[in-house]
Formats: sequence, structure tokens, C-alpha cells
Amino acid sequence: MIKHLLSVTQLSPEDITRVLDTADSFREVGTRVIKKVPALRGRTVVNLFYENSTRTRISFEIAAKRLSADVINFSTGGSSVAKGESLKDTALTLEAMGADAIVIRHPSSGSPTTLSRWVGASVINAGDGTHEHPTQALLDLFTIREHFPAFEGLRVAIVGDVLHSRVARSNAHGLSRMGAEVTLVGPPTLIPPDAGAWGVEVSHDLDDVLPKLDVCYLLRVQRERQRQQYFPSVREYARLFGLDRRRVEALPDEALVMHPGPMNRGVEIASEVADLPRAVITDQVTNGIAVRMALLYLMLGGTGPSGQEVA
Amino acid sequence: MARFLFRGARLVDPASGHDAVTDVLVEDETVEAIGHDLDRRGTELIDAEGLVLAPGFVDLHTHLREPGREDAETVETGSRAAALGGYTALCAMPNTDPVADTAAVILEVQNLADKTGLVDVHPAAAITRGLEGERMTEIGELAELGVRLFTDDHECVQSAQVMRMALEYARAYDVVIAQHAQEATLSEGWQMHEGYWSATLGLRGVPAEAEAVVVARDILLAGRTRGRLHVTHTSAGLSVLLIRQARGRGLRVTADVTPHHLTFIDQDLQGYDTNLRVNPPFRSAEDRESLREGVRDGTLDAVATDHAPHGVEDKEVEFDQARPGTTGLETALGAALGALDGDVGLAVARMSAEPARILGLDEHGGPVAPGRPANLTVFDPTASWAVGERPFASKGRNSAFLGRTLRGRILHTMLRGRFTVRDGEATG
Repeated sequence: MIKHLLSVTQLSPEDITRVLDTADSFREVGTRVIKKVPALRGRTVVNLFYENSTRTRISFEIAAKRLSADVINFSTGGSSVAKGESLKDTALTLEAMGADAIVIRHPSSGSPTTLSRWVGASVINAGDGTHEHPTQALLDLFTIREHFPAFEGLRVAIVGDVLHSRVARSNAHGLSRMGAEVTLVGPPTLIPPDAGAWGVEVSHDLDDVLPKLDVCYLLRVQRERQRQQYFPSVREYARLFGLDRRRVEALPDEALVMHPGPMNRGVEIASEVADLPRAVITDQVTNGIAVRMALLYLMLGGTGPSGQEVA
Repeated sequence: MARFLFRGARLVDPASGHDAVTDVLVEDETVEAIGHDLDRRGTELIDAEGLVLAPGFVDLHTHLREPGREDAETVETGSRAAALGGYTALCAMPNTDPVADTAAVILEVQNLADKTGLVDVHPAAAITRGLEGERMTEIGELAELGVRLFTDDHECVQSAQVMRMALEYARAYDVVIAQHAQEATLSEGWQMHEGYWSATLGLRGVPAEAEAVVVARDILLAGRTRGRLHVTHTSAGLSVLLIRQARGRGLRVTADVTPHHLTFIDQDLQGYDTNLRVNPPFRSAEDRESLREGVRDGTLDAVATDHAPHGVEDKEVEFDQARPGTTGLETALGAALGALDGDVGLAVARMSAEPARILGLDEHGGPVAPGRPANLTVFDPTASWAVGERPFASKGRNSAFLGRTLRGRILHTMLRGRFTVRDGEATG
């Protein structure tokens, strides 16, 4: 397994399958009364969060604790600059304290890559700027796999602010690596002009895409993008790209609706759509724990759910 | 009386068109004779077989950081780096603290440079007070002091009216208005060139057009005012096209490009190496090819370093928080030769004769001829060296070329007949 997880592009289809298969067995652990295995006993995992993200941090924390690792949360609200200590000094401090893995969330794209050059610990990217969020993509793949027999030929639309979305990048790479057909949907201002080179299709017409989909993946749209002139109004955005009751009916019966959270109900997704059975948004959250357990386990080594050593 | 005889050198002197093996005799401050069988009596022989002897290089774009950021560079350390790079003259950028927008700051930098005495420093002055883009500096008085080039680098003069006035006013003194072309609204919050790699790396892009729209505007204004416009550190192929067209129309427009923009492209940022964060950013492979073509056909008159030393703490940070810039004085020759297929004549023209012409420096850039000041450099055009293998003379460690192997090594630099670098070592 890889030493650091910085980008989905590091993972081969075989790597991804291995993570998902391992997550399958860890998912069962979460259903036990005692939700804990001794796989990473004595290992130290640091959650280094430069951005508030309660959901991702808690998911990693639970994952590490269920593996019996010691977990340290190192959070800072603002940027590292505001905090005073440089990322490098923080990295050296964590290194000196004997961290085995550092899970980093940071507003600057590429900071996990930079961090990995300074530490001996494994670095896991938990979201960096507008670059990537690889564990989100892996948990999304896991969730999709629960409903479809294979990724090959699966038609997935990623809808919304692709330009600023690390989730979109990681999912576009991960899904196309696994053989799915990905279409990025949104206004031209929110799709990078060169996105086609990722091996995906681009569309500016959601209604045209919906009837052919197996998965409709919606991205959070930040209201400040309107101020920056990426689109004229939230109202127009919701009208053209929001998944409302009417649009959801254009989807094939088995199609899933997904969202990485947190949702803007009424903007990219109508409240009633978010609560439909086909909207597997809470499953994504649940699966996040198993997938992160699998990653920590595979990257740090240790004993598996049934006591076997990592191959 | 000091007499040095450089024996068996390939004299490459674009100003006279000379490119042949010969001996060069230097006596005191001047070149005494060129040719074979020169009078060797009382001379110190310097074997230059297999080496190139050229007029000392002239850098149009150096950040010496003094006054204000003496932790990053000083006039002294920057001068030493320049000499080691083969330079005998340079133009120091005015974005110091305080800004070089008054005679006092210009004189201070000149005094510091004279004290060091390793390179002739020609301070550039700001176009606008405090680099704020609003009110012109006293261009007339500064020109009388000897300032040849005015620029608001690393700010771009956004107001068309201010730029028009500067070009028009400066015409009376025959000085150059140099622009760091970057339209503010298109470049807000930029981190790299906009394209496939900015999309993939999640770094905010600035399109090549942010540069080209200002180049186009300034060319139109230069046409209107008949002023002298210089486009510095050109990065976009579109800009090269515009400059080429302006020259075809006979406008007084000149331009330079850095050795690093001739070398790197946006794709090289994949590892988020902050030493490759520069302003303007590295652009596409097609842009780089246009820049190289511009150097070959003379659209880009000069290769200038944009030597921008920074403290380690300003580079060992997250990519978007790193200060843009790379050092360049000590790597310029090797980098330029690498980008220009080892064309020594072309590199010397773009690094010496042409920038000297733009600055109007009569003493520099050749011709290397009897009676002329002995401002020379001697280099081995094929010697390879690994960047970083020996410490830089610059205080800046932030070289984009760290770890790369360059071909082309400076052995001697001579300023008015006195060695500033001898056998690869600075003399002062």
C-alpha cells in the first residue's frame, strides 16, 4: 500500500478495490456491540485540522479509535498564519512526538504533499483547498458499490461548483479510474475549461443528463460564488442546476442521489429530495468510518478484523 | 600597471559581430589589444583555451532587497551573486522599503553598491509614488540622477491614464517605462497559470490574457505617446505576438524574459514546490516555445533574471502562502544556454549587448575593442554543475533550479580591468 494518500490519482483500480474490500470487513465491526478491534493498538494518529470540519474529523477519530489507535486532535480554527506557528514547525513537533499517521485538513491546495516531505509519518489528505478529498471519493465509491454490481459503464453526473470542489476532483478521478462514465454538470464558469482532459464529459444542461444516470452526485454551492460573479443569482442556480422534486422524477428508478454534505437544502438539493430513500447521504457518512478504518489499517499495517496480519 | 592577457579565448562580442578565437590584452581599466601575437611583456597570462570571453552581462531586473529586507538580500550579497553570474551591471528594482521613488533612496542604493564595488548597480525608480499606481514620481529629477528605467514591478500600473502620462512624460528624458503586465481583476488571488494543471492541482489560475491585455493596452499607449515601453518578464505567447507586431509597426517597445520562464512550465508545479511559485507564473509548453522563439528572432531583446531572493520562512510554507520568486543571478547563464540549445552567441547578445542598449549603458555590453572599458566575463560553455552543490553567494536559497544540472559555468568576471570573480571565486 502507498505510504501517503495525497490524491486519488496515486491509486490503481486494484488499490481502490483492496481498500473497498477491506472496508467491507470493517463495516461489520461497526455493527457489533463492542465496536473495536486491536489492529492499531499502540499507534498514534494525529488529526491536524486547519479548517473546521466536524464531520470529517469525527469520522477519522472514530475510525482510528475503533482500530484501538491513540488519537490526538490538533485543530485550529483559522489559517496557520493566524495561529503563528508554521506548518513546518507543527509538522516537526508532531514528528518529534512520534505520530504514525497525520490526517490533515487544510485550506491550501497541496499542503498534504508539502507536509509529506517534512515528516516520516504517513500523511492522509482529509481535504486540501480546492485540490482533493480522496477519502471522500473512496467512501462514495464504497457507497455506490453497495448498490451496483460493477463500476464499469456506470453513468455518474457530478453537478455544481466543480471548479472549487475537491470532492469533485477526487470523485472524477476515482470513478473514471474504476471504469464509470462521469459527466460534470454546471454553468461554464464553474467547470474548469480543461476538465475534459480528466477523461470526463462536460454538460451545461442537467435536464438533458438526468434520464441516463445511475448516480446524481450534487456538490455544495457556496453563496459567496454569486458575489464573485460565477453565476448571477442563487435563484437562477437552483432553477437550472438544483435537484428538485420534478427533476428527480426524470432519473431512472434505481438511480442514487448523493451529496458529500453539508447540504444547502433548497439550493442544490430540494429538502424533500434529500429525504428520499434513493438519497443515500447518511449511508455515505456511515461508510466513511469503515473506509477510513480500512485506509489507516492498510497504510499503517497491523492486524485485521479477524486478527490476520496485513499482507 | 596591471596587464592581463587572456589567451586563446573564443571572443563572442555581438556588438562588433566578432566570434572567433583570439587573445585579449587588458591593461588597467581598459581593453588594450585584441589579436594574435600580442606583446606579452609584463602581462599575467590567463589560459582561456576552450573558454568564451564575452562582454560582462547586464541584468535588467534584479531585486537586491536593500533597503528593507536585508535578511533576504543586501546590495553586497546581491552584487557578489551578480559577479559570480558573470554580470558587470544590473538594474535594481525599486520595490524596496522604503520604495525607491525619491532621490534619497536611489542615492543610498548607489552608495552601497559603490562601496561593494563588485558590479555597477543602476537603481530603477518607481513610476508612481509608493508603487500605488496613482501619482507619478519625479521622473525628471530621477533621470538627471542617472535613473534609466522606471517600473512599478511587482505592481502593474493599472490605470491607463497614469501609464499614458508616464510614457509621455518620460519621453523628454529618453528613459524606459517598464511594465509588469498583469491586469488586477483577472489575476485576483492567483496561484498559478490557468489551464489543465491549475484545474487538476486545485490552484487558482491566472489566464495568460491577464498579461496580454495589459501588453496590448500599453503598446497602444506607446504608439499614442511615442514613449519607450519595456515589457518585463514576459510569460505568455500572446504577449510575444503583440510585441512582435508592435515592433513591426516601428514602435519603441522592448521586452525581456527570464531564464526560468524559458525553462519551466505549469506542469512542473505538480509537487507544489514553492521555489517554482513565481510571478508571473510558468505557463504552458506552447507559451514556453513562443518565448524561446521570441528570444531567437529578437522580439524578446533581453534575458533578465528577475532575481528574487526570499527568506526560508517565506518559502517553506503552504504553496499559496509562499512569496513568489526565484533567485537567478548565479544560474542565469547555464539556464539560458540550456533553454537556447547551447547557442552562446544568442545568449551573450540577450544577456549583455541588448540589455546594455536598452539601459543606454555605454560602458557595458561591448563592443570589446581597444580603448573600451574592460567589463568582461569568461566562462566555460560546456562545464556542468549541479545547482546547490556549492553554497549560493546570494542570501536567497530559493532557486527554481535546485537539484538541476546546468551547463555553463562562469570562471572570471572583470569590472573595469579588475577581477570581481577569478577562477570561479568572488574576489571581494
